[in-house]
Amino acid sequence: MTDHPLSLHVPEPGCRPGDEPDFSDFEVPKAGAVRRPAIDEAPEKMRDMAFSIVRVLNRKGEAVGPWAGTLSGDELKQGLRDMMTLRHFDDRMLKAQRQGKTSFYAQHLGEEAVACAFRRALEDGDMNFPTYRQAGLLIAGGYPLETMMNQIFSNARDPLEGRQLPIFYSSKDHGFFTISGNLGTQFIQAVGWAMASAISGDTRIAAGWIGDGSTSESDFHAAMVFASTYKAPVVLNVVNNQWAISTFQGMARGNAGTFAARGHGFGIPSIRVDGNDFLAVHAVAKWAAARARAGHGPTLIEHVTYRAGAHSTSDDPAAYRTKHEFDAWPLGDPVARLKAHLVTLGIWSDERHIQADAEILDEVMAAQKKAEACGTMISGPAPSPRSMFERVYAEMPDHLRRQRQEAGY
Amino acid sequence: MAQMTYRDALRKALHDAMTEDEDVFVIGEEVGRYGGAYGVTKGLIDEFGPERLRDTPISEPAIVGTAVGAAMAGMRPVAELMYVDFIGMTMDQLCNQAAKIRYMFGGQIGVPMVLRTQGGTGRSAGAQHSQSLEAYVMHTPGLRLVMPGTVYDAYHLLRQALRQPDPVVFIEHKALYAMSDEVDLDAPPPDWGRAVVRRTGSDLVIVTYSRQVHYVMQAAEALAGQGIEATVIDLRTLNPLDFETIRAAVEPIGRAMVVSEGPLTAGVAAELSARITEECFDFLHDPVIRVAGEDVPISVSTALEAASVPSADLVAETARKMLV
Ligand SMILES: Cc1ncc(C[n+]2csc(CCOP(=O)(O)OP(=O)(O)O)c2C)c(N)n1
Ligand SMILES: [Mg+2]
Repeated sequence: MTDHPLSLHVPEPGCRPGDEPDFSDFEVPKAGAVRRPAIDEAPEKMRDMAFSIVRVLNRKGEAVGPWAGTLSGDELKQGLRDMMTLRHFDDRMLKAQRQGKTSFYAQHLGEEAVACAFRRALEDGDMNFPTYRQAGLLIAGGYPLETMMNQIFSNARDPLEGRQLPIFYSSKDHGFFTISGNLGTQFIQAVGWAMASAISGDTRIAAGWIGDGSTSESDFHAAMVFASTYKAPVVLNVVNNQWAISTFQGMARGNAGTFAARGHGFGIPSIRVDGNDFLAVHAVAKWAAARARAGHGPTLIEHVTYRAGAHSTSDDPAAYRTKHEFDAWPLGDPVARLKAHLVTLGIWSDERHIQADAEILDEVMAAQKKAEACGTMISGPAPSPRSMFERVYAEMPDHLRRQRQEAGY
Repeated sequence: MAQMTYRDALRKALHDAMTEDEDVFVIGEEVGRYGGAYGVTKGLIDEFGPERLRDTPISEPAIVGTAVGAAMAGMRPVAELMYVDFIGMTMDQLCNQAAKIRYMFGGQIGVPMVLRTQGGTGRSAGAQHSQSLEAYVMHTPGLRLVMPGTVYDAYHLLRQALRQPDPVVFIEHKALYAMSDEVDLDAPPPDWGRAVVRRTGSDLVIVTYSRQVHYVMQAAEALAGQGIEATVIDLRTLNPLDFETIRAAVEPIGRAMVVSEGPLTAGVAAELSARITEECFDFLHDPVIRVAGEDVPISVSTALEAASVPSADLVAETARKMLV
């Protein structure tokens, strides 16, 4: 044996600012090429699903293969509207942040299809445990834009009373539970919620959400242990948008295998899906939800997509990734791809698209006007400090009553 | 003399320590090319490379756990947590491992690591990104705890933390990073573990640390205008705790207030107040008063955020009430 000095590996992304965007080692299977297993197929028989990518829309805008056909024309048109709404919503809120009306915003540009399509595969009463980048679940579920904005502006109508970070919406009634500032915690809570549903003999299922970077957190792994041990009725979603702030996705998986393949060690059926293909996301989500409802247990879905915008309003991606990366991104733009499909079906046109776009912008701006009338972070009444002693506990204890009184509120 | 910010001073401390000692390396999320969530390590990667500014996957327990392991191997890791609020995830490695390893294993191995992080209010960051959790650390035997409030201390205390044989938790304040001051870093450094008297006055003693030092100094100036003179003590390190400086100030004056940004109940102020009461009881004219955060989570709304922690006004008003 020779005495070879040891050294460590430092994973690096394929390209950095100034380089040509390079996705040459990113394999994109043909639309329609990936099989559709039965919902009760044994996990060990479908390991291949974690190394391919389920895609439905081909380059011509046609829906092809065994995963096609889960949505009607009207549902698809609604899906397009939802994504366009989210895009305008993001745009307006980014501007509002620059104007000081809110302190923080994180956008969805490029990954709108994931949450918007997934929501259509759930039933009312199912529960999501999202991260901060799944507002599409709310929009596709019909949650009022104005209420979302009230939260963003921390204004007098903010349902969370000025307490929570902008975009950390929460609506139990709309199946959208707690967003945590500390990454990962929601993933295991989704498993617990699903277990409770099963324990109480209910029929509702849960969906957990986590980013590629956050899969490194212990809660991701812990969630999979319990999900697999108890075969909990839960759909576990990894949104692989290629970046975690400035860290490329290879860092979280040692540049080996796929995020979906992490499910294999736990015996959890695991699928990769084209996250920019509205039809594919919906079909895979429906399949996973059907498995959960039929008692076959959890599914791990890796949504392969791309974070086209900055991480948040406190980030400038020019420092760590090359500018035109999104243009070179092989899975394209989810809005453009669904639009092309609807045109191919003959139920949509460029003119209707332009018209819809203008209508949607009007809707978003009308909601913003109403929300701003109730205040923003720079205008209107601020919540009274008197309120901050409430809801720490279900009932206010004596020591908080005393603190409130001493503080003079 | 040089003009620099609190952030620059921390960066320079890391820079100088890394130049001097090859065993010092930084490990954490976004610490390399990005330069840290609050920009403290910006540029260091250019000089020291990605091996010594080690970017990690997002796992706080792994960052702290590997730092413990590397420290046991004789290196001096500086583990960075973006927010002190994430310390809960690392508690087992920090409190059950790092803090106790020297004790449990017959003194064979120490854990000379520094856990750098930042806390406190002031950036509308909400309940899970604005906390003051130093009491968790102070409550654990085996850990050192440093909380600099000035540019000069930021530099020297970090240098000194990197020479300690035991694990040090180094908590910066997020509202201080841009604070700038003229400092002479060639002047002799402070004695490790000693508090500093920032102001002397004969009517009461105010003991504090971190950002509250500035609020308390403002309050002391306002009080001076009304004929009340306060002595202000900046503890700088909570472990070691320099109780002798507190005692020397409190005994002749007989009146003490303790100011801390963390929640009131069972917090740092509670510990200091109990100790002053026990050890200086015969000299006290009045009960020791705690001025601390309300026992509520921190809100995003700036009105609520500001109201939930002590301000210069609250300190001054409380002092006036004590003295009438
Ligand atoms: C426990 C914890 N560690 C670190 C952070 C800081 N942080 C916030 S978002 C983020 C990146 C997350 O990336 P990813 O999971 O890929 O989600 P994405 O932003 O891409 O949607 C980091 C490191 C945090 N909020 N909580
Ligand atoms: Mg990501």
